[in-house]
Amino acid sequence: MIHFDNVSKRYPGGHTGLSNVSFRIEPEEMVFLTGHSGAGKSTLLKLIGLLERSSGGQVHVNGRNLTRLKNRKIPYHRRDVGMIFQDHRLLHDRTVFDNVALPLVVSGLGHKEIGRRVRAALDKVGLLYKEKEPPATLSGGEQQRVGIARAVVSKPPLLLADEPTGNLDPDLSREIMDLFSQFNQVGVTLLIATHDIELINRMNKRILTLSKGTLTGDSQAEDPV
Amino acid sequence: MSAHRLLNAPQIWLQRHAQVALASLGRLFNNSLGSFMTCAVIGIALALPIGLHVILNNLQSISGGWDSGASISLFLQQTVSDDQAASLAEKLRLHQRIEKVELVTKQAALAEFRRLSGFGEALEALDNNPLPALLVIQPKTDYTSAETAQLLVRELGLLPEADIVQLDLQWVRRLQAITVIAQRAVLVLATLLGLAVLLIIGNTIRLEIQNRRAEIEITKLIGATNAFIRRPFLYTGFWYGLFGGIIAWLMVAISVTLLRGPVANLASLYESAFDLSSLGWLNVISLLAASAVLGLVGSWLAVGKHLSAVEPS
Repeated sequence: MIHFDNVSKRYPGGHTGLSNVSFRIEPEEMVFLTGHSGAGKSTLLKLIGLLERSSGGQVHVNGRNLTRLKNRKIPYHRRDVGMIFQDHRLLHDRTVFDNVALPLVVSGLGHKEIGRRVRAALDKVGLLYKEKEPPATLSGGEQQRVGIARAVVSKPPLLLADEPTGNLDPDLSREIMDLFSQFNQVGVTLLIATHDIELINRMNKRILTLSKGTLTGDSQAEDPV
Repeated sequence: MSAHRLLNAPQIWLQRHAQVALASLGRLFNNSLGSFMTCAVIGIALALPIGLHVILNNLQSISGGWDSGASISLFLQQTVSDDQAASLAEKLRLHQRIEKVELVTKQAALAEFRRLSGFGEALEALDNNPLPALLVIQPKTDYTSAETAQLLVRELGLLPEADIVQLDLQWVRRLQAITVIAQRAVLVLATLLGLAVLLIIGNTIRLEIQNRRAEIEITKLIGATNAFIRRPFLYTGFWYGLFGGIIAWLMVAISVTLLRGPVANLASLYESAFDLSSLGWLNVISLLAASAVLGLVGSWLAVGKHLSAVEPS
């Protein structure tokens, strides 16, 4: 599903985001990405979502060679990658329903189909009863769940999450992780960046560890390198 | 499911365009004061050249009317009686170069003079009618050019009954020359103000893009194509242009209505039934189409320049 081959990212001005990172994530895996802030977690996710392009090496995602993907093809790539952000990135001038509907509107689905799928996604995250509310009236945990509903509504094969529980208390964080596990059980590949070691140790999943832009660990939680 | 979607593709496409068009319209109404001011500025910028165009059209219809009917006034000798004048008119009506002869008898001339000049009482003091009979002669259309009309004037001047022959074309020609210059000036003005409208709309759209930066970034993140993101801004520009055009049209129409009374009054003093014409339907439709296209082009330029600068991070 994701294949990094010797990938580097250097920023103008000499700052190095990633250097020589190689790994492979198979379909239907659920993987955590951890490391200190500034270790390159966000950079790695951005390369997968093509928010940035690598400066060296090859990135393959979902059968696409991103290194060679033309700019005008980027939107179609992003439709296959659901992205979840720490700050939710919701549109505050629209209702919860409209926020979740956005990916479907963008890919040109019909009215009825959109309504059906949005309600299914909202039901999945337990917020169907808030569909007409503006996101600002929701709690942080609820807003994050709206963000998750938006990421999964178009049923992408891959979900990326950047510090999805960063601002949430432990109970809410566990709830969110449970949701992710459920998606994983129905075949969605997940890559979750977080520095919440305690949480991921409990999840018992594969962990990639970044340190200063290089991959320093890749293992199951109970068998750390 | 995919076949079902393919079948519905044009319908969905239309539905989506209608939605975006209505949504951008709604956005304009939500910020009605700001939108109205932008539209009003566009309207005023467009109303100036359109208004001048209307004035010129009216001037042309005045001078054009006089040109095609470049009539010749043949004042007869004082000694020629009304009966003689009438038989001369009959004779001239058969002339191959003359379309129409209108006789103003001494009596009629006197009556008209009395009515219009205000010297009625002074005229009472006179023993006899001092006014000559007048033949207003309209040459056939083939003979209305300056040269041929001049020939006819010379021929009429040789008639024994003729006193003064007047062909008043000179000022018509001058008016036409001025009209041509004014037309050119209106064209230049229209071009400049059209550019101004492009800039106004371009700048408004640029601000709109800045205001909606976060929204653009998010829609890009979830896989919106550039065309999708461009669309609402293009529709916004289209609406600005269209409403600006409507405001321009209203301003011109109201101005013409306000001027119609006084102009009709002036025309009646010149013995004319001239009616100030406003914009025809075809003109209104072209105005609205042109202003909508201006709006579309203005927003296209702004969107092309500024939208690519917004990338999610």
